[in-house]
Amino acid sequence: MAESNPRVANEKPVKELETVVIRFAGDSGDGMQVTGMQFTNASALAGNDISTLPDFPAEIRAPAGTLAGVSGYQLNFSQREVFTPGDTPDVLVAMNPAALKANIEDLEPNGILILDKEGFNEQNLKKADYATNPLSDGSLDKYQLFTIDVSKLTTLALADLGLSNKQVLRCKNFFALGIVTWMYQRPTEPTLKFIAARFKKDPVLVEANTRAFKAGLHFGETSELFVEQYEVKPASIPPGTYRNITGNTALAVGLVAAARRAGLPLFLGSYPITPASDILHELSGYKQFGVITFQAEDEISGVGAAVGAAFGGALAVTTTSGPGIDLKAETVGLAAKVELPLIICDIQRGGPSTGLPTKTEQADLLAAIYGRHGEAPVPVIAAATPADCFDCALEAARIAIKYMTPVFLLSDGYLANGAEPWLVESVDDLPDLQVEFRTEPKGYFPYLREPETLSRPWVRPGTPGLEHRIGGLETENTTGNISYAPANHEQMVRLRAKKVAGIAREIPPTRVDGPPTGRVLVLGWGSTYGPIVAAVKQLQAEGQAVAHAHLRYVNPLPPDLGEILARYEKVLIPEMNMGQLLQLVRAQHLTPAIGFNKIQGRPFKVVEIVNRVKKLLDGSTSEGID
Amino acid sequence: MAGNSSNEQPKLTAKDFESDQDVRWCPGCGDYAILKQVQKILPDLGVPRENFVFISGIGCSSRFPYYVNTYGFHTLHGRAPAIATGLKLARPELSVWIVTGDGDGLSIGGNHLIHILRRNLDVNLLLFNNRIYGLTKGQYSPTSEEGKVTKSTPLGSVDFPFKPLALALGAEAGFVARSVDVEAKHLQETIRRAHAHRGASFVEILQNCNIFNDGAFAEVTEKEIKADHQLVVEHGKPMLFGKQRDRGIRLNGFRPEVIKVDASNEREILIHDETNPVVASMLAHMQPPEFPTPIGVIYAVDRPVYEEAVHRQIESAIKQRGNGDLAKLLGSGDVWTVQ
Repeated sequence: MAESNPRVANEKPVKELETVVIRFAGDSGDGMQVTGMQFTNASALAGNDISTLPDFPAEIRAPAGTLAGVSGYQLNFSQREVFTPGDTPDVLVAMNPAALKANIEDLEPNGILILDKEGFNEQNLKKADYATNPLSDGSLDKYQLFTIDVSKLTTLALADLGLSNKQVLRCKNFFALGIVTWMYQRPTEPTLKFIAARFKKDPVLVEANTRAFKAGLHFGETSELFVEQYEVKPASIPPGTYRNITGNTALAVGLVAAARRAGLPLFLGSYPITPASDILHELSGYKQFGVITFQAEDEISGVGAAVGAAFGGALAVTTTSGPGIDLKAETVGLAAKVELPLIICDIQRGGPSTGLPTKTEQADLLAAIYGRHGEAPVPVIAAATPADCFDCALEAARIAIKYMTPVFLLSDGYLANGAEPWLVESVDDLPDLQVEFRTEPKGYFPYLREPETLSRPWVRPGTPGLEHRIGGLETENTTGNISYAPANHEQMVRLRAKKVAGIAREIPPTRVDGPPTGRVLVLGWGSTYGPIVAAVKQLQAEGQAVAHAHLRYVNPLPPDLGEILARYEKVLIPEMNMGQLLQLVRAQHLTPAIGFNKIQGRPFKVVEIVNRVKKLLDGSTSEGID
Repeated sequence: MAGNSSNEQPKLTAKDFESDQDVRWCPGCGDYAILKQVQKILPDLGVPRENFVFISGIGCSSRFPYYVNTYGFHTLHGRAPAIATGLKLARPELSVWIVTGDGDGLSIGGNHLIHILRRNLDVNLLLFNNRIYGLTKGQYSPTSEEGKVTKSTPLGSVDFPFKPLALALGAEAGFVARSVDVEAKHLQETIRRAHAHRGASFVEILQNCNIFNDGAFAEVTEKEIKADHQLVVEHGKPMLFGKQRDRGIRLNGFRPEVIKVDASNEREILIHDETNPVVASMLAHMQPPEFPTPIGVIYAVDRPVYEEAVHRQIESAIKQRGNGDLAKLLGSGDVWTVQ
């Protein structure tokens, strides 16, 4: 990657680093998300492998300066492959005392700490509950502390622009970005371009933010404060076009791709809910793809409309998070009963009830599999990484269409907002999902099942000669007439179960990373993928006989799973819940798998999994975080 | 307008709209009469049979789709408007009908009902109002009169009832009408008007449940007395009723009143204007014993149709940005190339 910064910034010694984890933290109005994203883009363009995690409060604008209002953004950039946004930051940029207090415990000793001096005034210190000023009380001595007059220097740089004090201070995040851009020798062009695009309606703001950014850069270069710069060389990444993509964007784009490959219009019925709303926002911008988005009056209507659209022959989707899943349950059961294709995307968050709206969790797995009255089997797949949401969207669509069934696609807050580079897929490489609706009246019955898949024909209303009625009442197999006959009901219950169970035939062999037999298999599903991969790689590098298998298909489970489980002395299942996959695996495979559960609204740290596996190797069976 | 007439096919009859399923309503149920009138008019609406879709929720009325030989979907309690919304959005060319009841539409499904009316999808809603829960065997409904003694209200209900027409008007419905199960011609005509109206058409059909609430609307259905208790409203015509059409509605200040009509006051009789929301609201609130029960088209105005607006936006996006290019979409955003 060409260095687009025209200034040769070699006046200070440059230290090479393999990996850096940086966290930006400030008030939720301080623009820390934008700062983080810009630094991420610059790092991607510098050729590093990256992984990011924003962390923001549920309150849109909590009172300024308070702990409740702290918003953060963490980036891991490296010259080798990275799998997580990093356990603990090496660098913390904190714009006020609350941001410092909320994050300082995570910073490594001797880590770089960059603070805005003006933020540490008496008022802000009080709001953050600091009895003494940490800038002067010695409590930060174990860090490389850089206290910078960010606000003051920004004000000076923008002095003649005629902006209000408030407007000026809104630019200080770009000053901070300028400092770290210099410090890590990131290209400046992407940020300058971004500023020009973001504020294009107001040239004064373009000038102001550009100046703030450049002032930060120059400050790094000229200030005596910094004695060295750092370099993180490009990672060796397979050639191709990459896109930094969040889970929610990947999911939205994947749905558009699935609809195109199926030759169907895409219909989204949804009700705004964190952290799923961005999928609705994203898809509502794809009208040129014929995408119909319907913001419903409630969660029930969102999924109801999707079922109606599926009846009409659209690729129908509803997106939500935990509370919405509860409300949609009855309609999902209807879709299972009338056997119409439907994709239910559950972007999980901390529960129960309203729970932790902006924090991640994996506690809806059993709700997705079992959360309906009656025997209402539904296939469930789970995305492992932000980019994997794209492939999972296509796979969910494939299963829904082929088997005429609702499909749950599980993501979570961590995947939804986290981002990673995605090797942009070629359209020709995407699966062909072409749908053929039945139009032949001869021999037609609504529940005439295809022998292999047991799926029923999909008929669009408007097709002459195929007029028929479907509904929630139990129906006779084949004819679809209402039937309360005892034997028919049992047959239909078993057929629906068999149809969903039969999807297992198509599940590809489960990939096991590590020795084919050994002491510990770490089994995961969903967004624990990153920390598990990183942890298992580390353990393997230390010579431990530890392997990793990760499940995309959680209902039905892969047919080869039992055989894989049997090859290891112990099976450890880390989950951000109380042990839901654990229950399934224990029940279905009678294996004494051991759970490792973290329910803190935060993803696992790599070190937590490493330590847990090590303990297991030593014989401990504790299930929680120590 | 939903559907297209097809000239080549032989004209269908009511018989062609009967499904092969046995109708299982209680003998004497008002639903039979409604089903018959609907089956009678469907062949005349200029819509190919395969383009009709009947969607219902749960309850006695919601069994309706099983008996009509078109596409049909018997969905969930209260959810028919939600499902119909998705269908109509995905397939605007279909003629979509929603069959619901006072429990299904006004109680468990109240939210969906008001929002489909507000959005104004081009669908027809037939709400069978029998003022009782039939399928669950006789509990009071949100339209039951105060003090209704039922299985769940042995000392009489203390709920205040909805006026369905007023609710529909409050939900910004563009077409609001009322008819009666046994008024064959009136019912046919009202449903035809509902179908012809572009936008959400709400028709309350007073329907007798002869098992759990027999005679709930006897005043407006009994031959001998109904003329004195029904006010048949027609656009541009005076609001007269009574066997001799000798009574009428007049405004006294802002309040309607019933007067005996004679040469001295016949010019004061209110003329129905179905485009006037104030008149519509007045009619929607008129009820016995003070007033006759108004039937007919209460309100009919054109408003933009929701699904048309949705598809116009899609068309204009395609026009402006070109038909979506998937490869371009995948490769957009924060993109870089590794050599």
